[in-house]
Amino acid sequence: MLAYLVKRVFQAIAVMFAISLIGFAIQDNLGDPLRELVGQSVSEEVRQQLRDELGLNDSFVTQYIRFLGNALQGDLGTSYFFKEPALDVILKKLPATLELVMGATLIIVGLSVPLGVYTAIKPNAFFSRLIMGVSIVGISIPVFLTAILMIFVFSVELGWFPSYGRGDVVHVFGYWETNFATADGWVHILLPSVALASIMLPLFVRLIRAEMMEVLQSEYVKYARAKGIRPGRIYFVHALKNTLLPVITVGGVQIGTMVAYTILTETVFQWPGMGFMFLEAVNRVDTPLIVAYLIIVGFIFVVTNTIVDLIYGLVNPTVNIARMGA
Amino acid sequence: MKHFASTLAVATLTATLSTAAMAEVTIKVAYDADPVSLDPHEQLSGGTLQLSHMVFDPLVRWTKDLQFAPRLAESWEQIDETTMRFKLRDGVTFHSGNPLTSADVDWTFDRLKSSPDFKGIFASFTDVEVIDELTFDLKTSEPYPLVLHTATYIFPMDSQFYSGTTEDGKEKAELVKHGDSFASRNLSGTGPFTVTEREQGVKVVFDRFDGYWDTASEGNVDKIILTPIKEDPTRVAALLSGDVDFIAPVPPTDLKRVEEHEGTTLITEPGTRIITFQLNQNRVEAFKDARVRKAIDYAVNNAGIVDRIMRGFGTVGAQASPAGYLGYDESLTPRFDVEKAKALMADAGYADGFSVTMMAPNNRYVNDDKIAQAVASMLAKINIKVDLQTMPKAQYWPTFDERAADMMMIGWHSDTEDSANFHQFLTHCPDEATGNGQYNSGNYCNPEADALMAEANATTDQAKRGELLRKLEGILYEDAAFIPLHWQNLAWGARDGVHAEKIVNALNFPYFGDLKVD
Repeated sequence: MLAYLVKRVFQAIAVMFAISLIGFAIQDNLGDPLRELVGQSVSEEVRQQLRDELGLNDSFVTQYIRFLGNALQGDLGTSYFFKEPALDVILKKLPATLELVMGATLIIVGLSVPLGVYTAIKPNAFFSRLIMGVSIVGISIPVFLTAILMIFVFSVELGWFPSYGRGDVVHVFGYWETNFATADGWVHILLPSVALASIMLPLFVRLIRAEMMEVLQSEYVKYARAKGIRPGRIYFVHALKNTLLPVITVGGVQIGTMVAYTILTETVFQWPGMGFMFLEAVNRVDTPLIVAYLIIVGFIFVVTNTIVDLIYGLVNPTVNIARMGA
Repeated sequence: MKHFASTLAVATLTATLSTAAMAEVTIKVAYDADPVSLDPHEQLSGGTLQLSHMVFDPLVRWTKDLQFAPRLAESWEQIDETTMRFKLRDGVTFHSGNPLTSADVDWTFDRLKSSPDFKGIFASFTDVEVIDELTFDLKTSEPYPLVLHTATYIFPMDSQFYSGTTEDGKEKAELVKHGDSFASRNLSGTGPFTVTEREQGVKVVFDRFDGYWDTASEGNVDKIILTPIKEDPTRVAALLSGDVDFIAPVPPTDLKRVEEHEGTTLITEPGTRIITFQLNQNRVEAFKDARVRKAIDYAVNNAGIVDRIMRGFGTVGAQASPAGYLGYDESLTPRFDVEKAKALMADAGYADGFSVTMMAPNNRYVNDDKIAQAVASMLAKINIKVDLQTMPKAQYWPTFDERAADMMMIGWHSDTEDSANFHQFLTHCPDEATGNGQYNSGNYCNPEADALMAEANATTDQAKRGELLRKLEGILYEDAAFIPLHWQNLAWGARDGVHAEKIVNALNFPYFGDLKVD
């Protein structure tokens, strides 16, 4: 187990190194940051001078080595726009994003299990067909469109929910401010969470349904039925337990994907998280912030994937042995 | 049921407040961007000027019809060819409590001269000479016609407040372009508002300054909460749902919605930013021929673009200067005649046409990429085959600097609100030493036009100057030096009861100090 862990950590470090190199390499193609920093009539001479001051005229290797040296000391550069260390900017925005992901996860978990199980048990019922139909639509509508539609229906037309922002937040500790402590915070987080959940929920309903249907065909379920165990117990204890194992694995990996989808959701709802910040940074050519974001998100991906692999290994020892041998 | 929770919270808050003091007038404003810094000299941009008008105050400012109105300067007079004497208003104090004196203006002027963004505007100015506490002379090296224009950029800063060093030993006056400084986080101006809270990119809170000098103003807003909302649909939704009271800009697609929606008002003004295409004569031999350039001008249907693509939300143009500017010549009308265009092409020997490349941004100007597509298809009618490429502005500007295509789009707003500025940057013979023609991707060069600009910029007699500038516009029109399209209009949306129509202007810095809310 320990050898496996060490190997995974080394892999993770290699991936992070690759991400930093790629992130750093693309920044030259993102545009000229000076354009966003100075007015339209500033002369080329002054621009060159500023470029020198920012170290933008150094060679790629020089810039990258300087960056790597600083990064190893925990300094990912200073954002041009926020004028603060990029890492601080991201850490300040992280709680908003994590809360949004949490809200969406709650919705997904809360709805996908009952809906998935129901559609598996009663595949031909009208309600099941409806759910499956809606889920197809849900998968094919882009998140930002869902978000805009929801704003127009629930904020503008009905006036039930606010259209943007986080509302009243309560400070917890450090940079963490939470939405979940006030009614206003709950009202604000609902629409964005639903929008973010909209892409993942149908996927999970379908996944759970498929797994559940397979399990319901298995011998031990048939045997349990034959033994006369109550259907409720068969479905929710015997079958569901085995259904959820692959679902959890997929779910873990999808958390990373969800962080990526926050870019769209946050932009539409003006949610002050790091996805929104990232898109803005791209528009402003705030290269230090862009690179730092890629590294942090890469880090989240790498960590969640590693943890998922480890847990999977723990839960399913056969996989574990196979991997350790490899 | 509308925002039940927040209504409840507000109700409780109002109940507690009403016992303590009279009700506060708070408005929520959503812009597409927020100021990059609290330092008014860090970046010359619309966002910074909007902020400056709220928390600082200029010596003079523009009125709605582009005239000068006294602000901190009570009066001014020309005392010789190169000197303008200003008299400051008595009894004006900064947010810190320090009184405003000529020394503050002098200090601010020196700082402006050291700002990379602003020093270009102040290039002709040599010095501020303090005469007494409230009198100072603004001196230029040559007779200069734009003294008052430039004075609209002088927002006196509190020299005592910004002097000295911070706890960690940095100069408070330090002007840092891309980093942290005292001035980028703290401010003391004479304006109607002070910034009490700021989270960059999320919100800025402005509170009314109790000691504001302009007590005659009917402005009654005590607190402004500014939220940048970048996405157009979200910003509009925020206004329609009543989450905010005032938004800018309203995108062309939602003009009708805001206008027809119950409880909101649409406010529009013709803007002063001209959108144009430049024809690169160094890359395409045919563009050296004025007949070909004219043919292109004739082929492009400006009115059609404004009507269809801009949904009427632009002012069709045939020159750079908008109405109200000195150089504006109303006799110059948009050319559109496809037959004539074809004839000119044949005349120049290009009846069979040729191929060109075209580039335009897709997120800089209103509908920029759609306009470029329309122009490309219009040119197809006179056998000019266009290979169009559009890209985000971040990538566009470096490409523009390289002059990477035969036809490139550029929009320009004159920093000085003066006609000569268009020529200086867009059509002047490119000259690296002086920086003239810095954005002239067409490489158009006409010494006669340049001489006219030079003469106009040394003429203080406004009538004579207007004549020179109109002549200049006439030459550019006759030469088809560039392809003018339209001036973008400006649009704001406000909740009923917010009397914003009185405080907005073509320059797009609303005078919030004078805003009256029912």
